[in-house]
Amino acid sequence: MTALLLRDLKLSIRAGGGALIGILFFMTVVAVIPFGVGPDLNLLSRIGPAIVWIGALLAALLGLDRMFQADRDDGSLDLLLMQEHPLVLTVLVKCLAHWLANVLPLVIASPLLGLFMNMSEVAIGAVMLTLLVGSPALTFIGAVGAAVSVTLPRGGLLVSILVLPLCIPVLIFGVSAAYAAVEDPAPFLPPFLILTAITMFFAVLGPAGAALALRNAGD
Amino acid sequence: MTESLAIRKFSDLANPTRFLAIAERVLPWLAGLCCLLFALGLTLAFTTEGDYQQGDTVRIMYIHVPAAWLSMMCYSVMALSALGTLVWRHPLADVSHKAAAPLGAAFTLVALVTGSLWGKPMWGTWWVWDARLTSVFILFLMYLGLIALNRAMDDPSRAARVSAVLILVGFVNIPIIKFSVDWWNTLHQPASVIRMGGPTIDAEFLRPLIVMALAFTLLFFTLHIMAIRNEIWRRRVATQRRMAARLAGRGD
Amino acid sequence: MTHAFYVLASYGVAAVVILALVIWTVADGRARRRELAELEAAGLRRRSAAPASASTGKTAS
Repeated sequence: MTALLLRDLKLSIRAGGGALIGILFFMTVVAVIPFGVGPDLNLLSRIGPAIVWIGALLAALLGLDRMFQADRDDGSLDLLLMQEHPLVLTVLVKCLAHWLANVLPLVIASPLLGLFMNMSEVAIGAVMLTLLVGSPALTFIGAVGAAVSVTLPRGGLLVSILVLPLCIPVLIFGVSAAYAAVEDPAPFLPPFLILTAITMFFAVLGPAGAALALRNAGD
Repeated sequence: MTESLAIRKFSDLANPTRFLAIAERVLPWLAGLCCLLFALGLTLAFTTEGDYQQGDTVRIMYIHVPAAWLSMMCYSVMALSALGTLVWRHPLADVSHKAAAPLGAAFTLVALVTGSLWGKPMWGTWWVWDARLTSVFILFLMYLGLIALNRAMDDPSRAARVSAVLILVGFVNIPIIKFSVDWWNTLHQPASVIRMGGPTIDAEFLRPLIVMALAFTLLFFTLHIMAIRNEIWRRRVATQRRMAARLAGRGD
Repeated sequence: MTHAFYVLASYGVAAVVILALVIWTVADGRARRRELAELEAAGLRRRSAAPASASTGKTAS
């Protein structure tokens, strides 16, 4: 399992670009927003957490379709399917590798974008923390979409369409927790704990669904 | 050789064949009852008194609420069929959830549009990010995604199995989405929204509502059975064409 | 009737969508039934003229 994790990590780093393109996309999306709504710093700092979250959500979806497709292309997916380990565990490890290689850089880049958005230090910290906790859920949900569309030649867009509605709860609680940290009356902990719960729930549901889909997507 | 192939094909289709026979007998009754209930429901809907507060817009409720109910029931039917696909590998279940998805999308669309038309006189805008409207909208997106997935795959049985997984994952997700949208809505509750619905529905409105809900449910089942039948026919045509092509190829 | 526009519009939209659904389903069924009938007719002739029946089966799609 560790070997699989290391192999996936090495592959995604060597393939290069995966994480880098994700971060670039994230930065571009966030950088485009001020051109749309105007460079009003107060407005930007008010909507900043939401913008950073939405940017991260979109960027996290970007590399998803490659999650199983690369393995399918070189045939190692069949090996993974035939292994003695439960497939759910294998998928979980692959999710973790994908998250470490593609999504964690986004989390690390988010404070920089928070600065662009004129957010306060507390807000930046809150966004980073909620992204750190919430983004694995995005990967787990995305794994289902990636597994479902693994046999499709151009599944990338379809994955996003299928996965985005399911990601709405994560977005809602992530953004509310980030706002709760800034705005006084709202308590921070309830939405944050619910976000944690959602992540843990999808850590179970996502790999299980993805494993089921992978078994059925083969011929 | 060809005889045995044909026999095997037909034994594969034994179950759908029985379904077709039953559908042939049930469908006229179902359709007739559905038309009857619709006639009764529509007369009731237009003869009952309007609400003193909402005026005649309350009549929109008689199609809005049944459509919204159907949009949820259809997803449940699809989830059941998805279980049938994945657990029992039943060929009819494959066809069933594939046929239900466009129906569900259509009824969800009706619920959305009528809800919006109801919202305009009541709330003053066409669209309110109300918890219920928003969840139904997300449901609509999920239906469309499922249809798109089914369209994107060539092999029907693989498409059925894969979309069954997605249906089940979505089904588990629906309560979470509902809960989170409710939470989000109370957080951003605009002051001007009038809360409506609730259990205080007068018996005067309840009668047409129940009749219409029954009529819509029957309509769904009628259309669903017809759509399943169409899909079975489509697959038969495809198999027979393939056989014909194979025969032709051998003849040359 | 108050708000007649909204009431009639919502009933109209519902009617249009449902009618479209019904017509689509029925028409789809008719087309499939016709295709099956055609194939059956072709199948009867298949023994004598195999290539011709296959080609008619193709063009019917």
